[in-house]
Amino acid sequence: MIEHSKVELTKADFASDQMVKWCPGCGDHGILAAVEGIFPKIGYKKENYCVVSGIGCSSRFPYYVNTYGFHGIHGRPAAIATGVKMANPGLSVWVVAGDGDSTAIGGNHFMHVIRRNMDINLMMFNNRIYGLTKGQYSPTTKQGQITKTSPFGVLDYQLNPGELVMGVRGTFFARAVDVQTKQLQNVCDRMAAHDGCAVVEVLQNCVIFNNGAHKEVTDKETRDDNQLWVEHGKPMIFGKNKDKGLILKGRKFEVVTIGENGIKEEDIFVHDETTEDTGIHIMLAQMRPPEYPMVFGVIRAVRKLTYNNMFIAQQYEQMQNAKIQCVDDLLNSGETWEIK
Amino acid sequence: MTNKVCTFAVHLKGKNRNIDMTKKQKVRKEDAVVRFVGDSGDGMQLTGTLFSDTSALDGNDIATFPDYPAEIRAPHNTIAGVSGFQVHIGSKIYSSGDKADVIVCMNPASMKSNLKWAKPGTTIIVDEDTFTEDALVKAGYTENPFENESLTNYNIVRAPITTLTLEAVKDIFTDRKAAMKCRNMFALGMIFFIFSKTTNHADEYLAAKFKGKNEIIEANKKVIRAGYNYCENVDVQQTPLPQVEIETAKMEKGRYRNITGNIATAWGLLAAAEKAHLPLFLGSYPITPATDIMVELAKRKSLNCKVFQAEDEIAGICSAIGASFAGNFACTSTSGPGLSLKSEALGLAVMTELPLVVIDVQRGGPSTGLPTKTEQADLNQALFGRNGEAPCIVIAPSSSANCFNWAFEAGRLALENMTPVILLSDAYLGNGSQLFKIPSMKDFPEIHPPFAKENDPDYLPYRRDAETLVRQWAVPGMEGLRHRIGGLEKTDGKGEVSTDNQNHAKMVYYRREKINRLANRLPEQQIQGDEDADLLVIGWGGTAGALKSAVEELRNEGKKVAYTHFNYICPLPKNTGDILKKYKKIVVCELNMGQFVNYLRMNFQGIMFHQYNKIQGLPFEVGELKEEFNKILGE
Repeated sequence: MIEHSKVELTKADFASDQMVKWCPGCGDHGILAAVEGIFPKIGYKKENYCVVSGIGCSSRFPYYVNTYGFHGIHGRPAAIATGVKMANPGLSVWVVAGDGDSTAIGGNHFMHVIRRNMDINLMMFNNRIYGLTKGQYSPTTKQGQITKTSPFGVLDYQLNPGELVMGVRGTFFARAVDVQTKQLQNVCDRMAAHDGCAVVEVLQNCVIFNNGAHKEVTDKETRDDNQLWVEHGKPMIFGKNKDKGLILKGRKFEVVTIGENGIKEEDIFVHDETTEDTGIHIMLAQMRPPEYPMVFGVIRAVRKLTYNNMFIAQQYEQMQNAKIQCVDDLLNSGETWEIK
Repeated sequence: MTNKVCTFAVHLKGKNRNIDMTKKQKVRKEDAVVRFVGDSGDGMQLTGTLFSDTSALDGNDIATFPDYPAEIRAPHNTIAGVSGFQVHIGSKIYSSGDKADVIVCMNPASMKSNLKWAKPGTTIIVDEDTFTEDALVKAGYTENPFENESLTNYNIVRAPITTLTLEAVKDIFTDRKAAMKCRNMFALGMIFFIFSKTTNHADEYLAAKFKGKNEIIEANKKVIRAGYNYCENVDVQQTPLPQVEIETAKMEKGRYRNITGNIATAWGLLAAAEKAHLPLFLGSYPITPATDIMVELAKRKSLNCKVFQAEDEIAGICSAIGASFAGNFACTSTSGPGLSLKSEALGLAVMTELPLVVIDVQRGGPSTGLPTKTEQADLNQALFGRNGEAPCIVIAPSSSANCFNWAFEAGRLALENMTPVILLSDAYLGNGSQLFKIPSMKDFPEIHPPFAKENDPDYLPYRRDAETLVRQWAVPGMEGLRHRIGGLEKTDGKGEVSTDNQNHAKMVYYRREKINRLANRLPEQQIQGDEDADLLVIGWGGTAGALKSAVEELRNEGKKVAYTHFNYICPLPKNTGDILKKYKKIVVCELNMGQFVNYLRMNFQGIMFHQYNKIQGLPFEVGELKEEFNKILGE
């Protein structure tokens, strides 16, 4: 259990005195503002937040938020955060990492921390490029894109982080957009409340090296038609006029318009974030324009015991019942003999 | 020592040949080396352990060393599948011994591959039933070794171990496979007879191990007796069996146990955690020969020990760094290749100045190298194997038993000095075992990590103690101390990110100087032997047993030799230079190509060092050391 603050906290409690050195217009500014805004609302004691990061533009994040923070090494924040949480389960642990940290150099740790359902919150800032090293492609860069290290186009097939999370049966996956603060804060709130490893893929814009990478879904003019924000128990409706929706036909989703071809609101597929089966959740994570809208919000939130709680239960059992209660007991256990 | 032991064996042989006696006569001996070898799965490790434990309970000093292949079960009856366990018992034992006085060979392959551990006169007991044509071919013999001259230097005892084992248990087991599993106990019974041991401990052990499986207990006990009785009744003219009584050790009063270096290391870490009043966190990934540390600690949840089996070596150390940041006593255990993988993170621990113990149970390298064999070739990696100027404390245990004390010391140094400490153990220490006088935790000092005080208005992450240069430890959750640290260079004091060139120079200096100044608070290096010796022998880490024996034997022969053994490697004890200047001749002995001697050359210029290096995946032998020292003395 994480102890809550006895006094009401404000955004100012989490503002650091450090100069924020991200480029003007970088999506990271928006995410920082959202997090500073939501931490007081989540309500834990300010000393109980610990933000851990890897390497990259996003990973400067801990310096800009006034909590305990640890700026790690490339790819390893999930492993570092695992140690933090196991050492002190009373902390609310947040990992801030980029697409490189999470899916390239640190893919192994990312995958296993999710698989174990370690009770930490992973914010993956996905700008689909390596920004701090000035514009090389990442696993999430689109195939064919011209970057510094792919002058003739990227050959790699693009990785979809949501599929990776489902692939290891993650218990929580959400998607949000850097500049859509309110929804991002809602997602963060849900992450904090989730018992287990909560992952959010934040579509983040790199103005310098990959400007407009997510334009097809984030562009203000068209986003209502290209973003589907799902909510548990509610029909999957989207569009500027709230008249589009998804229906499941056979083993495939189909976009339909309410009022056309006899489709009524009650025909629209209702979102269930709690189903253990990853099938539908993977389908939702895979959708993208032009055929489908991209799905945002909490796509999956499944209840499952966390590694931390199972660990504590084993530990408690042993501490209560095991014969060996101190090092002297241990030293004298088993076969020993006296020389007189 | 080698010579003495040789005399013993030859003498025994002579006795059997020349003295007409109806029954065996016991010979008293100071020490003996027994080697049990067979197929992996023949139970040689258990047999060896039962013999060494029995000897220890009988009052002998002991040291053991398992010699096993990297493969779990290589093809049956091949050289690749041979697994061995060496036991050295006596009145005063420093190492697991050189050549064997007795070798028990459970099949032809084990005999073929272990003749190198025999000396003239060694008693070699073989299960002659296994010397079939097929097994001989698999072992690589082109002709039957009993039918040519190849074994004439040895005292060969051909015992029908398989037949007599099957015979002994025929009323218990109808299943041949189950019966065959008892063969090792027949050999144990023979060894008990030769060394005048009782079967009491083995009986008790078997009763406990196979509790509820009375058939197995009964069968094993019966086979041990069958082996014993076989020796008693066999015609000594035809089967020249020695019978020996080994001098008991004059040991300090107290409670004792047998312990391997890896278990001792695990327990030393637990002891440090207890004295620091912190939970122990171990983030590790299995790797030979270090895995046993993790396996042992995983059992110790009742001592608030948290073992995290990470997805790889890097996650092992990174989780430990996270746990250290969050206030646990954090460790990671590994072997050479794993230490390579941990290098970058180790630099992070240096930069963030967090307490961390990294245990490297060294094995033969480079790369995968010799996973189950010993070597001391990771010293350079421990001292220098990181990017940038990244000094760590490096210390090394020197016996299986004192792994406990040095693991404790590693914890104390890390926690009190806010720094990573590398503990350089090795496969020989880690897998080998020794008698261990059980200490009492009340005799160990409390460990005082430099925790910051909650709401201290003057707290700064990188404010240092003026004398020790150690920073304070403020742990997430503590009130009024929120701060950020990481791998980027830090501003002196405030700990903010800094790229200032002068600040960098200062911080590099502080990190180095913090380690250097520790030497002021460490005990001085001790010398054994004459101040005016003609030769100073230097060793470090796991080679102490053989070096100490060699030096003692030379001194007993009247040679003027002194010996000093290093456990503190970085920083070196303050008086190291003074010691080195005192001696005309110095030889540095190590199981690598000369990494420590070069480190000494780097630090103490103008001193002439001899070096003796062995790089065969094997520990030093006393005989080869004496020969080398005599050569240098004679130059």
